[in-house]
Amino acid sequence: MLLEVKNLTTEFKLKRGTVKAVDDISFTIDKGEILAIVGESGSGKSVTSLSIMGLLQLPGRISSGEINFKSQPLNKMSQEELRKIRGNQISMIFQEPMTSLNPVSRIKTQIMENIMAHMKITKKQALARTIEMLDTVGIPSPAERANDYPHQMSGGMRQRVMTAMALSCDPELLIADEPTTALDVTIQAQILELLYKMREKFHMAVLLITHDLGVVSEAADRVIVMYCGKIVEEADVKSLFAKPLHPYTVGLLQSIPQIDDDSDDRLYMIKGMVPNPLRMPPGCPFSDRCDSCMERCTQEMPELQELDGHKVRCFLYDKVKEGELNAI
Amino acid sequence: MKNEVLMEVQDLSKHFTVETSLLGKPVSVLKAVDEVSFTIGKGEAFGLVGESGCGKTTLGKVLVNLYSPTNGKIFFEGKELTALNETQRRSYCKDIQMIFQDPYASLNSRMTIGDIIAEPIIINQLLPKKEVEERVIYLLNCVGLARHQRNRYPHEFSGGQRQRVGIARALAVEPKLIVCDEPVSALDVSIQAQVLNLLGDLKMEFGLTYLFIAHSLNVVKHISDRVGVMYLGKLVEIAPKRELYANPLHPYTQALLSAIPIINPEKKKERIILTGDVPSPINPPAGCHFSSRCFKAFEPCTLKSPVLKEISPNHWVSCHLF
Repeated sequence: MLLEVKNLTTEFKLKRGTVKAVDDISFTIDKGEILAIVGESGSGKSVTSLSIMGLLQLPGRISSGEINFKSQPLNKMSQEELRKIRGNQISMIFQEPMTSLNPVSRIKTQIMENIMAHMKITKKQALARTIEMLDTVGIPSPAERANDYPHQMSGGMRQRVMTAMALSCDPELLIADEPTTALDVTIQAQILELLYKMREKFHMAVLLITHDLGVVSEAADRVIVMYCGKIVEEADVKSLFAKPLHPYTVGLLQSIPQIDDDSDDRLYMIKGMVPNPLRMPPGCPFSDRCDSCMERCTQEMPELQELDGHKVRCFLYDKVKEGELNAI
Repeated sequence: MKNEVLMEVQDLSKHFTVETSLLGKPVSVLKAVDEVSFTIGKGEAFGLVGESGCGKTTLGKVLVNLYSPTNGKIFFEGKELTALNETQRRSYCKDIQMIFQDPYASLNSRMTIGDIIAEPIIINQLLPKKEVEERVIYLLNCVGLARHQRNRYPHEFSGGQRQRVGIARALAVEPKLIVCDEPVSALDVSIQAQVLNLLGDLKMEFGLTYLFIAHSLNVVKHISDRVGVMYLGKLVEIAPKRELYANPLHPYTQALLSAIPIINPEKKKERIILTGDVPSPINPPAGCHFSSRCFKAFEPCTLKSPVLKEISPNHWVSCHLF
């Protein structure tokens, strides 16, 4: 086990009340595994990644729970200690390659800065490593392009530079927050291919945060579905797509137009919209949009229960016992 | 019904001057839309796909008269719009409306949504003042919003609801053609389905014609009857949607289709990964614009620009392979 998140709750204290952006979530990531967290805007997936990295900004703070990386408690460390791990053993790629690179500094300076901060090597060696990394992520003529400024590169290239920077110290865990959302499909295919290759090459684990179920199905080994700060379903990628259990996951999968579907039928719709985080419905957060909502759902919160290795938070599966899942 | 042509576009170009010499002569020109021709039938949904920078939004803006074309002709119901003067052309603006991509930027944040929807009706003097409010309430109902919401401001609405307001505003003047520019790409998956279904319902109800611009191929397939694929300002392939998705002929269309992630982890498909990035439209490759990334490129591709040819009925492609 590489990373363990236990009962993590992250709160934002606002004037109008407290928002639990992440509400009591637990999961683990093993070495070399790609775990995807999917959810719509406001589901708490990005706050989860920022909590792990210790990059939360006020008014956000971790109110309870543990984050253990190789048995070291990340959430109890000082910023100083964290800085030694961040960019080194754990690194992150952000959604916007346009805004997460420094516009007034050359590519090589930015990558070398990270390498020199974590490794005891000379400037010359750091430059050689930078060029090697740029080559690994598929930047043509890396020695020349290393002198470029970010604005001289396209979106796909910048995302490659971000990836090169994140991988420059051989991290054991890479957090990729919507790495392909700002990119075109043909470039997205290139970047996903790259992530996959890098995982094979460096045996790193990846926490992939995305809203795109297509990307999840292509890239992930295991999937967590989040809704309103809660984990509503967790399973390995094959069983999640073959047999989604939670009504929210089922609805999401049905509401996407499929490329190999030739019918002109109306799309399935999940009614309503995500509730206001300050006025959560009592009971299950999805109850007011759910087609199979029962009376009980509006009063109590279902527990996350495990059935044949597939976790789901829904009363529909309350009476189902271990081993009976396939009968449904 | 589909045989009647509503809009015909002939060799339409829109160029932007990037740099001029001291004497004001253009030195470098960006050809955002380059000699594009197609027709849209009455009651049809014509989809337009392509990656960022391919000129699809510019084309949409030329058609709704937000840009004036550099060259080429636009016919609407048989009338040549490009030959009219500005005042004459305005009377046609009412018939061609647009829905924008960003529901946060396309509504005036200082107006109530009731005023936003009423404005085009008042400007075009479509109804006497007393009846405007009734019409606004009717339009709100059409797009699934409640009448009491008309006195609220855009910031009180979610992205999906704002997009509904944008749709109601476009419908207010009873247009014949609506240019939908990426209407769902800023929305979450569950909301995206709601808006797509709404657009489908409205098309049936009001007998609308759509030009549907998007980069997401599965969304375009769902809503369109025919699809055109753009690359660097050129239309490279046009076909009825089932034909295009089952039998893509242009290498770019093939690569684009193979790049879409499919939602089935059991099915791994053969993927064509294109090398490199989209070249700059200021200085596109000679000959076929796609030749620098094409995996089937051969000699004539870098020498001569291919023209759009009808390969089989209604299936047009612009490639030297055919």
